[in-house]
Parts: sequence; structure tokens; C-alpha cells
Amino acid sequence: MLECKGITKSFGALEVLKGVDISVHKGDVVTILGPSGSGKTTLIRCMNFLERADAGTITFDGVTYDFASIGKKEIAMLRKKTAFVFQEFNLFLNMTAIQNVMVGLTTARKVPKEEAAKRARAALERVGLGDRADFYPGQLSGGQKQRVAIARAIATDPEIIFFDEPTSALDPELTGDVLAVMRSLAADGMTMLVVTHEMSFARQVSSHCIFMEGGVIVEEGTPEQIFEHPVSQRTATFLKL
Amino acid sequence: MSTLELMADSFLKILLPGIRMTIPLTIIAFSIALVIALLVAMIQYAHVKVLSEICRFYIWVVRGTPLLVQLYVVFFGLPDLGIIIDPFPAAVIVFSINEGAYCAETIRGAMEAVPKGQMEAGYCVGLNYWQIMFKVVLPQAFRSAFPALSNSLISMTKDTSLAANITVVEMMMATNRIIARVYRPLPLYIEVGIIYLIISTALTALQRAGEKRLRRYEEAEVKIHAGV
Repeated sequence: MLECKGITKSFGALEVLKGVDISVHKGDVVTILGPSGSGKTTLIRCMNFLERADAGTITFDGVTYDFASIGKKEIAMLRKKTAFVFQEFNLFLNMTAIQNVMVGLTTARKVPKEEAAKRARAALERVGLGDRADFYPGQLSGGQKQRVAIARAIATDPEIIFFDEPTSALDPELTGDVLAVMRSLAADGMTMLVVTHEMSFARQVSSHCIFMEGGVIVEEGTPEQIFEHPVSQRTATFLKL
Repeated sequence: MSTLELMADSFLKILLPGIRMTIPLTIIAFSIALVIALLVAMIQYAHVKVLSEICRFYIWVVRGTPLLVQLYVVFFGLPDLGIIIDPFPAAVIVFSINEGAYCAETIRGAMEAVPKGQMEAGYCVGLNYWQIMFKVVLPQAFRSAFPALSNSLISMTKDTSLAANITVVEMMMATNRIIARVYRPLPLYIEVGIIYLIISTALTALQRAGEKRLRRYEEAEVKIHAGV
């Protein structure tokens, strides 16, 4: 469904991605693991054009675009089929939880208000926050904010959701609720690409694991392969096997 | 005439020019200033080439020269080039341009204080630049700029007294005219000062009420942090 080939990205002299290939099939939960500075966040951001990759191609639903030449309209069109969950939640602070979830429907997709409200409410129920619909982000805990962000992501029925370290900004005791929501999305067959440091989540939930370091994919495979029989010594060391 | 009688007798003679000139001048000029400020702030926020350079130049010149000089240039200077503008419109032009430069910086600062991640989130939920601007960035920027903008408005209300220098018959000019007749400067200047004070006080009250309305979601945040 989504395939990227040969993604490279440099910030000035620093080469962050050195030619990465990645593919995600419908219903996959692909996790990207790796130490800080390995390029995993840059990779996922490039895939949604939050960073502009220097080179490479992206194929979505059978149509291939070149990162170097893709236009604004195509980017906007692709973004409407995807969703992104940020480490820092990035909720719209001037909107209530339900308004955060609705704006992508009403303003961006011209869904009528009543229908959007219904879908937004359902999305909030889905993440267990039906009773927080009229709360502003400032009135919610970190875990609740991230669940609103997930509701905002699922409300638009994306074909894939990108998660960029969704629990890294949370207190350890707050990560559980967020991970539980992600597990249940995975169980429902949602296609997800997840950059994470949550090893047990990666091990239990993913259909495919990718270990990155130094801007390249060191190793990839099923969770069993990566966690139990890693080929690379580096992977083994990182996972402390 | 006793001092009190004089002040009572002059009250309307000072207040009426205030209602006819000072307040309309303030309202019109400040409204135009806000439009200018918003445009300039948005151009600078988006780093539009050439236009942002022009905006920077505009702010540099306006903030770096006295308001009185600007009034004189437009009212006494431009006629040299054959451009003759009546006192009131000349004052409106100068005050709008002057205030616009200050407010532009206030608004730009407030826009830049809105966390950039919300812009990214906006793109990711499918909004375009203008939708993010008007639904996300500007509402938040306006809320945080509101106290500073109110301050500018109060400050400008008092600065309109400078328009007397270009023959606008506002409160200061009216006061000077009475003084020229009766030669009792102290009570009359105090009186006009009091009238300015009343107007400023009213504006301050409006500002408080406005801030209270705008602060809903920020207050909520404070409560959470205080553990209430």
C-alpha cells in the first residue's frame, strides 16, 4: 500500500538518511526501533512530507511520486489519506477535544457539521474519552491529550497512521492508556507505522520490525526474528539480548 | 469666575471635541492600524520574499522617528509636493501607519509564540496554510496579543493629543483655545487630563472584560497545574 525507496535526507552537512527503503502493507503494524539520532523520526516525518526528503520515491496506492519533484497539491492529497500522531501531541490549544477531532472533517474535508460531530464523538469514545469532549487540551493530562490526538487521527478514516514516539513525552504511568488504544487499533486492522522505544509493544503488536542506526536500516523482519534471533550484533546489543 | 465654575463651564467645551474628534480619530486610526499590522505580521511570519523586507523597512522607519515629526511631514511637508490633506484625514493616516508598525510587531511576536507543532498537526489533518492561519494560529496569537494591543490602544488615545499640532480640533486644541481666552492654564490642563483619565479608565475596564472572555482555555490550564 505504501512503499518508499531510496530516501535520503541531509540537514546541512549531516546526512541523516542514507537511502532507506520501507514498505507497509494494508493492515500491517510496522515498528521502527533504533537509538536516538538513528534517523527514524526523520524517516517518518519525510514520509508525511513534514521534512522534505532530498531524494527517493514514494508509492501510495499504486501511484509513484518522486520526493524531489512532488507538488503541493499531491502532498495535500496524500496527507488527506494519512494521519500523524506526534510525540508532543500538538493539539490545537484554542479548541476543545471534540473541535480538535472535528476540524479535519469539517474544514479540511467539508463533512457536514452534524455528521462530523457524530464521527468525532465516536472517535473520542473509541479512545475512551467520550466524557472529555468539551475539555480544552489544557484541562487534560498528557495521556489524555495523546488519546485525543489519536482520536483526531482516526476520525478521518486514514489508510495509514504514522506514530512518532507517541509515548516518549509521557510519564511512564500514563503510557499504558495510550498503548492500550494503539493495541486495540492494531487488533482492528488499522495500518500503522510506529517509531517507538516501547520494546514490549513492538514485540507483541508489530507485524514487522525495523531496526535503524546511522541513517540506514540495519535489520528488519518479524518481531521474533529481531527480538530473538537478530543477525546483526548491533541489533542484539541495542535490544540487550 | 471661580476655578470650579470655570471647570464646570469648560467641561462640555472640552468633552465635545473629544467626542467629535479624539474618539473617532482613535477608533478609525486604530482599526486601520490593526489591518495594517495583521497584514505586515502575516507577511513577516511567512517570510514572503521582498515583501518582508519592505515590512521591516516600514517598521524601522516608523518606530525610529517621532510621531510628531511624522505628523508634520504629512501635514506641513507633503503640500510642498502638491499633496494637501485636511487635518483630520492627515491625522488618521499618520496614526494608522504609526500604530500599525507597533501592533505588527506585537502580533508577529504572538504568532511566533504559537507552538510550531500545531502548524504541522494542521497540515497532517488536511488543513491548508490559510485554514491553519485562521483556525489555529491567529486565534491563539490574538488571545496572547490582546493585552499588549489594548495597551497600544490606550497609549494611542492619549497620543491623539498630538494631533492638535496639525490643527485638528480635538480635546487638547479645545483646551488651549479656552486657556488663550481666560488664561487659567492649571485648572484647565488638569481638567483635560481628567477627561483623558476617564477615557483610559473605561478602556482599561473593557480590556479586563475582554481578557476575561478570551482567557477561558488558559485559565483551565492554570487550574490543572495548581491541582484544583
